[in-house]
Parts: sequence; C-alpha cells; structure tokens
Amino acid sequence: MKNFRHIAMIIALAAVFSCNNTSEKNTAAVEATKVKKAEGETIPEMSIYNLPSHWTTQNGEEIELKDLQGKVVVMVMIYTTCKAACPRLVADMRNIEKQIPDEKKDDVQYVFVSIDPETDTPERLKAFAKENEMEDEKWLFLRGTEGDTREFAAVLAVNYKQISPMDFSHSNIISVFEQNGEMAHQQEGLGVDNKETVQAIIDLAK
Amino acid sequence: MKFYSTALFLVFSLLFCEVVAQNDKMALVKGGVYIPLYGAADKTVKVETFLMDAYPVTNAEYLKFVEEYPQWKKSKIKSLFADNSYLTKWNNDESYSGLPNAPATNVSWFAAKKYCECQGKRLPTMDEWEFAAMANKNVPDARKIDTYNQYILNWYETPKTFNNPIGETFKNYWGIYDLHGLVWEWTLDFNSVLISGESRKDVDKDSNLFCGSAAIGASDLMNYAAFMRYAFRGSMKARYSSQNLGFRCAKDVENQ
Repeated sequence: MKNFRHIAMIIALAAVFSCNNTSEKNTAAVEATKVKKAEGETIPEMSIYNLPSHWTTQNGEEIELKDLQGKVVVMVMIYTTCKAACPRLVADMRNIEKQIPDEKKDDVQYVFVSIDPETDTPERLKAFAKENEMEDEKWLFLRGTEGDTREFAAVLAVNYKQISPMDFSHSNIISVFEQNGEMAHQQEGLGVDNKETVQAIIDLAK
Repeated sequence: MKFYSTALFLVFSLLFCEVVAQNDKMALVKGGVYIPLYGAADKTVKVETFLMDAYPVTNAEYLKFVEEYPQWKKSKIKSLFADNSYLTKWNNDESYSGLPNAPATNVSWFAAKKYCECQGKRLPTMDEWEFAAMANKNVPDARKIDTYNQYILNWYETPKTFNNPIGETFKNYWGIYDLHGLVWEWTLDFNSVLISGESRKDVDKDSNLFCGSAAIGASDLMNYAAFMRYAFRGSMKARYSSQNLGFRCAKDVENQ
C-alpha cells in the first residue's frame, strides 16, 4: 500500500515536470519517420506541428504530429463504430482523393483521427482501414490520449461529445493543412460540394 | 528497506509540496448525478467526487506561472495557442493591470489548460463545473430556487465584474466561491457543446453538421442562465480569450 503511494507520488511528479517538455520524448519509431521531414525549416506559429501530442497509427507505430511535416495533410475526426456521419465522411475523403491529379497524389497525406481512443485501438483502426480498402500508405489512422484528442479537436474547431457508450455527437469538418502545418482550408458538413477543398489541395501540393 | 522507502517518500512529498504549495485551497465536491441542460436529452450524467479550486486563478498567480514558464508570456506565446487579445490588458510580460487578486482573464484555453497541468491539476470538465455550480449557499442543487437564478441574471446585467477581487461572491454549499457573479470560466471540454456549427453556420441542429444531432436538445429551455453559459462556450475557440472569461483548476480524488 505504502509502495503504491510512492509510485503515485512519482507519477504525480512526473506529470508536474513533464508539462515543461513533453515534446522531447522520442521513440525509435519516431526517429525513423523523422528522415522524411523537411529539413531546417522552422515551424510557423499557427502550425499544428507546435502541438506536442503523441499518436499511435493503425500499424501500432508511435508518431508525433510533426512527423507529418512536408506533405499536404487532409484531416478528419471520426470514430469507427459510427453508423451515421462517419461512413459519409470516409466517402468524402475518398472522393477528394480521387480528384487529385496523379502527379500530385504522393504529396498528400489523408489522416483520420479517432475521437474515441478507448474503443479505437490500433487493431480496430487497422480493421477499419481494411474494411474501407484504405490500406495504402496515403491513408493514416491515428489514435491518441483523451487529452491530446480533445486538444487536437480544439485546434480544428471540431466539437464532440460522447452521448452514449457507443455514440458520439461531433461536427463534420475536413481540414486541409499546408506542408508546414498551417491550416489552409476547412470544409464543413457532409456530402457538400468539395470543389474548393480539392482546389486547395491541388494548389498546395507539389 | 523500510527506512529507504520512508526517506524516498519524504523527499518526494517535499518536492511535491513545493510545487503545489501556493495552490492548496481546494474544495471537495461529492459526486452524484444530475441532468445537464445539454447533452443526451433527459439523461442523467454521473459526476465522480472531485476537488475544485475554491477560487478562480488570479492575476498574481498567473504572473507567477508565466515567469516560471516563459513560453506562455504575452510576447512569447505562439498564435496557435492564443489570439491577439491574450493578456491584452497587461502592460508588458511582467505586469498585469488591475488588482493582484482579481481573476486572470484574457487567457486562452490552451494557456488555462497548461497552467493547471503545471500545478499538477487539470481544468474541470463541463459536467464537473456545472455540477458544482448548481449549488447556492445552502443546498447542492439550487437550480429550481428563484433567488439562485435571479442572482445569476442580475450578474449578467452588472458590467465589468471581471475587475472585482475573487472571493466576494457567496461561498457555495461545497465551499467554492465565484462560480457565479465574477467571470465565466473555461472547462476542459468546452468544445463538447454542439449548439450550432461553431457559430459559422447559424443553423441549429443541422443534421449535416453534427452526427447524432437528434440527441441534442435543451432539457430545460427555461433555464436561461445556464443556456447563456453553454451558448458562450459553444461560441469559443481554444485560442480565443476574453475579458470576462477566467478559469480555475480541478483534480481527481486519489484512492477513493
């Protein structure tokens, strides 16, 4: 019991100190993906890559958001058990991807961030990717801590609330980010005309 | 072994106390269930027992924080984390305007969240905040009592209460001050309010904007006072700051 208390104290302490520099934690997997990153560029103030959050991919790899730097990123928040809006959001993403010219396809990364990290384990995300035939590298599925997810949603202006153990209410927004992580465009609603979103991606992609 | 572990315990306690010393005025809020204004219609929400700061964070306390964590100073903060009105009334990085014990306002959600994390705490959830704020002086849920609602509505009509010092409003049932009557406060999940499309598209309950939107509805539309709070939260973004918006921290109760 007493030992337990010590551990709790140490954890509490770690939490206190870690607020200073969470971004410095690195894993081998992260090191490996860093190679892809654009070199020597500073991150602009409005970039989402200033967020020190850590995520797990559908392949169980640990990454930081800033590992996505260098590509145009198209991002949406979903949860895999969603029956209503999410399949349509997935369809919207696929639809957008189809309209990007072949020579630019390699410069675009499509990211689905789970708002239900408890249910959406990497295995579950992997299965979801398979079901939706999104196993290519350009589709990335991310799951983070509850706190990081809430923070990320705050940045994207995505509001969400758990309304039952299996269901969330959430705003349907697809966001486009520049190579440096600055938000370039947002599309709101389901099945809306995605012409502007596609154009934003084409304009940005090399 | 025993000696070693006792010594270790002492060292860590001391370290820990040093970090949180200035922030020990927390009140225990005994958990329970309540029906919030928004959320799943007519569903009770369970709130666990938790600790909440008895007062909002003050100017003086916030100054200490930015001195310790300079990346949150007015001139240093990244614009992803705060808009231009962040600490707008501060004369510079090291001096606030107004009373030292007035609530710190013009603070973004990111900054408020970080402040609490650096005290070993967190922001209260919206349900925790609402649950604690149902109390008047005498009872934990005063929402049906006229004087309780009248107090809040009178406050809405009183200008510039954000300049007042903390602790001058009533002490509620839990021993908490200023939940009403001083400033509005950030909550951890302020962005779980789904009243409309982030106020950009002003279409209430548009089914294309929100998945599951049929489940959203005010369980008591008459509750105007609370509606104002939710509407305000729904209109905020995490980098926004406002002169009538402050914050306080909360904490889980360990080893219950």
